[in-house]
Amino acid sequence: MTKFNAWNVFKNGLNGQTGWSRQWRDPEPKSNYNVIIIGGGLHGLATAYYLAKNHNVNKIAVLEKGWIGGGNAGRNTTIIRSNYMMPGSHEFYEHSLKLWENLSHELNYNVMFSQRAHVNLYHSPGAKDSNARRYNTMRLHGTDGELWDLNTLKKNIPHLNYNDARFPIIGAAVQRRAGNARHDSAVWGYARAADSLGVDIIQNCEVTGITRKNGNIESLQTSRGIMKGNKIGFAVAGNTSLLWQMADLGNLPIESHKLQAFVTEAVKPFLDHVVVYGVGGAHFYISQSDKGSLVFGGDLDWYKSYAQRGNLPMVQDVAEAAMAILPSIGRLRLLRHWAGVMDMSMDGTFFICKTPISNLYLNAGWNYGGFKASPASGWYFADLIANEQPHKYIQHHHLKRFEQGINLDERGAGPDPKLHG
Amino acid sequence: MIRIKCPYCGERDHSEFTYGGDASINYPSLDASEAEWTEAIFFRKNIKGFQKETWHHLNGCRMWLEVERSTITHEIKSVKPCHPDLQKLMELKK
Ligand SMILES: Cc1cc2nc3c(=O)[nH]c(=O)nc-3n(C[C@H](O)[C@H](O)[C@H](O)COP(=O)(O)OP(=O)(O)OC[C@H]3O[C@@H](n4cnc5c(N)ncnc54)[C@H](O)[C@@H]3O)c2cc1C
Ligand SMILES: [Zn+2]
Repeated sequence: MTKFNAWNVFKNGLNGQTGWSRQWRDPEPKSNYNVIIIGGGLHGLATAYYLAKNHNVNKIAVLEKGWIGGGNAGRNTTIIRSNYMMPGSHEFYEHSLKLWENLSHELNYNVMFSQRAHVNLYHSPGAKDSNARRYNTMRLHGTDGELWDLNTLKKNIPHLNYNDARFPIIGAAVQRRAGNARHDSAVWGYARAADSLGVDIIQNCEVTGITRKNGNIESLQTSRGIMKGNKIGFAVAGNTSLLWQMADLGNLPIESHKLQAFVTEAVKPFLDHVVVYGVGGAHFYISQSDKGSLVFGGDLDWYKSYAQRGNLPMVQDVAEAAMAILPSIGRLRLLRHWAGVMDMSMDGTFFICKTPISNLYLNAGWNYGGFKASPASGWYFADLIANEQPHKYIQHHHLKRFEQGINLDERGAGPDPKLHG
Repeated sequence: MIRIKCPYCGERDHSEFTYGGDASINYPSLDASEAEWTEAIFFRKNIKGFQKETWHHLNGCRMWLEVERSTITHEIKSVKPCHPDLQKLMELKK
């Protein structure tokens, strides 16, 4: 693997870009590994990277049924923020944001992290109060957060609908260090960095069966043969319940729902921030990509589904929300829209935990928020797998929390997976 | 668009309905153990394939329906009222 640096870029500029090598290997699967991570999304790849980097674990494989980043990692709207309030979650997401801040250097790969600020509009004094509470809590924990009054907001984003919005915009809660990154780059960056530490990334390798023996997982049946791992980690997002049942473990506090994303034709620089609008039944978040397209999304399709394609009523809902706050984009054409299968949890918060099987570890329940979480998710999942102890930030992020009454319900929406964000 | 055949109103767009959730849950008795209640409220099969689920015909007759639907293709096999008495009534009407 050739390192990216100024000298190599210069040299290859002169030799017709012929000096670059493969970014990661395409190894044949071995029959034995120390750790096998199932799922080649961001969480699986980041876990493998930090296992090798932070804990010096060797003989690691990541098994991916399709191609890496073909799941939600490559389908999301890439918003990164740490405006969480629940104990543990707050520290976790703040750590994730800090990891993003240095990720391009860490991985020697430009993940195009852009701290363009996350601007969360509010429309009523009540919403302002609840945002003030949340953002003050964040500040007390050392995370940045501020409230913008209407004038500041107008100065920063002059073209929102301040005239005749059904729910008048009265201000915004803002996290300046938040923003977005390029999803594919994050996937490729972690893959390349993990590979260079010896991790085998095995694509087109679907886990189809799990054999248990004496309370342990003995082996995995895959589309590329039988494999054994001393430790196994699940990081398969919307497919978690399927693997859980393959391991004969019963039910999970997770439902799979689909979420859509939308991209318009490219226009000149128009929107400098990530803007979020949510009031009543509407939910809408938008940013502009470096290519110029507007990238946006809204709510889930509202019914359980494993189909990676969205429905049309949600296209209309999202378009209506867009017109409510940014009527100037009304003439833009949509180029693409698609859906991903989300692992929606019962309280909207994730699981990084041990399982009833002693050599199986679980990473799941990311709802719509798992992209921003990827670095910390890999960090703490690797830590759990290597040290057998959950770090204190994630001590309640386990499957028993419901029984124990420790719901981590950031939104206060109750035990209905589709209601969490 | 999913089209749901409401037994009362006829075939309608799913956007007239709201999705409830898993219809296969058996809620335990009120004095059942905490573990049983935790299982019923928080844990799901999350079936990939045909599952029984509830839909509310919110912008129609407002009946709660039990729908058997594939979570892969969204094809619907059967629709009936959730309430057993309404089920009987609809049978009589046929
Ligand atoms: C439309 C959309 C918008 C989103 N917007 C945001 C956002 O703005 N900000 C944010 O933070 N988050 C967002 N998310 C959420 C985020 O994308 C996910 O939470 C996160 O990507 C999930 O983790 P992952 O990357 O590991 O998942 P995935 O990329 O889905 O990885 C799981 C992998 O497991 C593989 N797999 C499954 N079963 C098997 C098997 N049996 N054997 C082998 N491999 C298997 C899959 O093929 C898949 O590649 C969004 C998601 C979607 C769909
Ligand atoms: Zn009806």
